[in-house]
Amino acid sequence: MNNEKNVLDELKGKFGEDITETSEFAGDLTAAVRPSKWVEILNFLKIESKDKYDYMSDLCGVDHNDRNPRFDVVVHLMSTGNFKRVRIKTQVEEDEELDTLSEIWKTANWHEREAFDLLGIRFKDHPNLERILLPDDFLGHPLRKDYPLKAEESAKKQEELRAALKGEKVEADG
Amino acid sequence: MGLIENKYPDNIITTSVDGLVNWARKYSLWPMTFGLACCAIEMMASAASRFDIDRFGAGVFRASPRQSDLLIVSGTITNKMAPVVKRLYDQIPEPKWVIAMGNCAISGGPFDTYAVLQGADKIIPVDIYLPGCAPNPEALLHALMTLQKKIEKDTIKKKIG
Repeated sequence: MNNEKNVLDELKGKFGEDITETSEFAGDLTAAVRPSKWVEILNFLKIESKDKYDYMSDLCGVDHNDRNPRFDVVVHLMSTGNFKRVRIKTQVEEDEELDTLSEIWKTANWHEREAFDLLGIRFKDHPNLERILLPDDFLGHPLRKDYPLKAEESAKKQEELRAALKGEKVEADG
Repeated sequence: MGLIENKYPDNIITTSVDGLVNWARKYSLWPMTFGLACCAIEMMASAASRFDIDRFGAGVFRASPRQSDLLIVSGTITNKMAPVVKRLYDQIPEPKWVIAMGNCAISGGPFDTYAVLQGADKIIPVDIYLPGCAPNPEALLHALMTLQKKIEKDTIKKKIG
């Protein structure tokens, strides 16, 4: 379509190897990046990049279950000045923490809490990483592929988890 | 319960009082202003001028459970909302009645998931089950009339056992 340099080229020029994959489909730009450079790259996109992606419209997690690393974290950015959008992805392992974006965009605070609540992805240095949608006493992360979907099985799973938690506490006390 | 309830045996006085009390109760139901989901829209339509639930004496929607005697569970009860519904029911003074409005309030409806309570009767006693998704205002009025028939049969006399 246009041969103008887009934000993906800009990113590749600046960060090189840390941009692991780029794609363009139906006008949507996507870049997969290394988790270690997560904050740095997104801060660059907001402050220094040509388009100035000042608005974070969405942050979400994806569970790939059998894949290693297990999770994707996907961020959708928009530039309110230039009306452009870009999607940035990274991969996180189950026991790994990803740096928080809440310092860059305030709105990321709640988005990250949702990803933590439903998928159990942890965000490092997040100011208040607590459940946001489910009740506080809920156990487990129901949007994970290995969590039972139906109400009855879910209730059973809750009981199992609660019993396991109690057992642990008893052991710790004794 | 009330001062005269469950005290006296079955005789001409209790049955006469029954007739009066039940007549008064059934035409003066005060529902609680409480909507949970899309069924609440139908409930609001029932209260508005076209269907006018006030024709049946149940038009005084109260904003507090302490002034109500009818809880219309109008919509999906999520597990997070369940303790709130229970508390609101507990706050309604006796005598009180419950209409489970719509499939979600009856059984969880299409939402057989980790987040949704599988029916209002898991936490509170239900008098009338009103199926539909959502039940239209006529259906809610029918449920109300069915409830009135139920109240008619209520008695203050001493129950055996």
